[in-house]
Amino acid sequence: MTFLFYMLSAIMIISALLVVFSTNPINSVIYLIICFIAMAGHYILLNAQFLAVVHIIVYTGAIMVLFLFVIMLLNLNKAIIPQKSQLTRISAVVTGGLFFLVVLAATRQTFEIHPRYPFTGDIGLVKEVGKALFHEFLLPFEMSSVLFISAMVGAVMFGKKDN
Amino acid sequence: MVLLSFVFTAVLFFSLRSSGSVSATVTLFNWISIGGMNIPFAFLIDHLSLTMMLIITGVGALIHIYSIGYMHDDERVNSFFAQMNLFTFSMLLLVMGANYLVLFIGWEGVGLCSYLLIGFWFKNPAFNYAARKAFVMNRIGDLGFILGIILIFFTFKTVTFSEVFTQASTLSSGTTAITLITLFLLIGALGKSAQIPLFTWLPDAMAGPTPVSALIHAATMVTAGIYMIARSSILYNLAPITLNIIIIIGSATAIMAAITGLKQNDIKKVLAYSTVSQLGYMFIALGLGAYSTAVFHLTTHAFFKALLFLGAGSVIHAMSGEQDIRKMGGLRKKMPLTYFTFLAATLAISGIPPFSGFFSKDLILNQAFEHSILIYILALAGALLTCFYMFRLLYLVFFGDQRLDGAHPHESPGVMTIPLMILAVLSVFGGFLNIPSLFGGNSNFSTFLQTAVFSKTTEGLSMTTEIVLTLVPLSLISLVILFAYRTFVKKAVIPASDEASMSWIGKIIFNKFYFDEIYIFAFEKPFGFLSGFLFHKVENTVLDPAVDGIGKATSRLGSLIRKLQQGNMSFYLFAMVAGILLFIVFILIV
Amino acid sequence: MKEISSAIQIIPLDSYIMLSVALFSIGLMGVLFRRNIIAVLMCLELMFNSANLLLTAFSSYHSDPAGQVFVFFIMIVAAAEVAVGLSIVVMMKRNVESVDINLLNRLKW
Repeated sequence: MTFLFYMLSAIMIISALLVVFSTNPINSVIYLIICFIAMAGHYILLNAQFLAVVHIIVYTGAIMVLFLFVIMLLNLNKAIIPQKSQLTRISAVVTGGLFFLVVLAATRQTFEIHPRYPFTGDIGLVKEVGKALFHEFLLPFEMSSVLFISAMVGAVMFGKKDN
Repeated sequence: MVLLSFVFTAVLFFSLRSSGSVSATVTLFNWISIGGMNIPFAFLIDHLSLTMMLIITGVGALIHIYSIGYMHDDERVNSFFAQMNLFTFSMLLLVMGANYLVLFIGWEGVGLCSYLLIGFWFKNPAFNYAARKAFVMNRIGDLGFILGIILIFFTFKTVTFSEVFTQASTLSSGTTAITLITLFLLIGALGKSAQIPLFTWLPDAMAGPTPVSALIHAATMVTAGIYMIARSSILYNLAPITLNIIIIIGSATAIMAAITGLKQNDIKKVLAYSTVSQLGYMFIALGLGAYSTAVFHLTTHAFFKALLFLGAGSVIHAMSGEQDIRKMGGLRKKMPLTYFTFLAATLAISGIPPFSGFFSKDLILNQAFEHSILIYILALAGALLTCFYMFRLLYLVFFGDQRLDGAHPHESPGVMTIPLMILAVLSVFGGFLNIPSLFGGNSNFSTFLQTAVFSKTTEGLSMTTEIVLTLVPLSLISLVILFAYRTFVKKAVIPASDEASMSWIGKIIFNKFYFDEIYIFAFEKPFGFLSGFLFHKVENTVLDPAVDGIGKATSRLGSLIRKLQQGNMSFYLFAMVAGILLFIVFILIV
Repeated sequence: MKEISSAIQIIPLDSYIMLSVALFSIGLMGVLFRRNIIAVLMCLELMFNSANLLLTAFSSYHSDPAGQVFVFFIMIVAAAEVAVGLSIVVMMKRNVESVDINLLNRLKW
């Protein structure tokens, strides 16, 4: 169990780093898909099967395919864009590292967490999540459809050719 | 319009009279209400303000009618009447205000109108200078007035007349606060009513059109100071020091202006100095605590001095703008109406019974005699001098031969002479308003004012003294008239031209005691030097670079900051992350 | 099944926190690192997912399904965001013939 966790974590972090450092966008997308699949594994490990399935469908199946489509349609698969300057890249890495340290330090100092409810293993099942979604969060769920419509309209607006 | 308001005032007068009430206060709205300060915009109508309103609207209406004839061919006749009406409005505001602040609005309003009307013919730079001088002199007085109002507020926590007076009557006489207040108010009155040392603007103010001189600088505005002191009579009664100062200033002004008037050759200048001198009389009366007498003299003076000015205007009109009396003469035949009205006014101002000036002047002289012989002698001398220069003016203008070739004097049209005649009637009979008990009267006017102003009680003189006091000036005045007649009619002496050499006393008098020159030396030169110094040294070397430096620093800072705003998205991202980092670190540390 | 469902009891919560902070930092670094706007968008997705992972971990730890519902909503928002973001990329490519974010310097106006 612990081994599985570390395994998945290692895959995630390595692929995430490769997403950042690979020069070809296509490769980035592939590594990101790997990263997301590893994350789905994490969800299953956390006993959130519903989320794991939705994650695979939405991210890997829809969003990343959309990325791939755009890259291929716009013919961006070559590393035509020059990298940022050396200084900027180093400072970006330093900033990321600093951020990691600082946030970690923050969580270490301030958090003292105890479970709120007695442990049950089935909160991540479709039944439990569905109950919560359609009882407490029914209104936000319906509102999300409005968000989608507006996003769709916006996407069409932007994607339309100017006359 | 002014006529209409006169009718309204008259109606008001009789209604107040018949109702028997003492005063009425009309509060329009609460004007200023800050913290403990509460100043309503209110009008107070009592016997004093009613008297003033009657003078302002009555004399004002006559002068307006006169102006129709006098100004009819001026191109800016519309703005002339607009300004005259604004003046009347401000003056009414001044006398009707129920507190010092409303009074002050009117006070400033008449000052402004005076400035506008003196400089009415603004194309002449000398007239503009005169207007400016009047304004500046008035401002000096106004400053004193403002200080007085502030002090009143500090002392009594209110500026409403009735409340101030109620509180003041509980104070003891000679308190420092009261003395200061009265002194400051006095400075305001000095400026407005053209007394030493702030009188030099009034003769120069004659640059304005003659109706303006009649309305503003003889009948109404210059009397605002008198009105204000009479209004504050309770305060002044409590400040004997101020009263003494008023007497000194009043008598000095009366004498000095009268002496100066002897040597003037401009018809309006003579009248201006005569106004200053008569105002000095009123101040003497005020200083003696005889407020109602002062207001009475104010009333009669308004009649005969307005008449004199209007008559002078008629003469100037006839002489096509000539104002030098040496060039006039023999106008008696050509302008009989003007002559007779002018004569009536001259007799009135000289104090010949039964003309109005006799009663008011006699009252003042009597009260001066009661106070001290010295003031009496000064006032009497002033009266004699007044008499002399007025008759000199009269003889030079209307008697003798015509001295200006090519002029065709003619009588003024009816629209100008009718107001003259009405005023003449008033000048002749105005004095009967207040016949002293000596002549079987009952001092109606003083009794009428009793409720509004609080004159000091006098012991009253014995009958014989009063008779002597009446006869002595009369005989002296007759002598003076005779002397003037001999000099200017029999011998036909014409004053020397400006260039002729004269004795040093004559020079001093001719140059108006060098007051203007003293002022220029004492105030203008140092101020000119100071402003020059400030401009060259302080302005150019300190202030200008400082102000420029602020501008330069801002633009430099702007160009510095502009480098941050290049629209470079990755830079923005870095900045954002750095901000977040700093924020978290800040939370961790604190 | 029983074995899996108790993973959160074996693995400490700290490990999940550290993992998601690491992922988030990597995503942040990528946003600062790359000039290709599509890569920047992908790094944004990484950051979203690190937040998702942490939410799920907390949800399991507390046995409260609300956290997982929030993850669901975040996925909805991310989908909408990607749709709009990619259409912006398409428009940008069409207008300036590039997907370099350094060319998007019109923000200064």
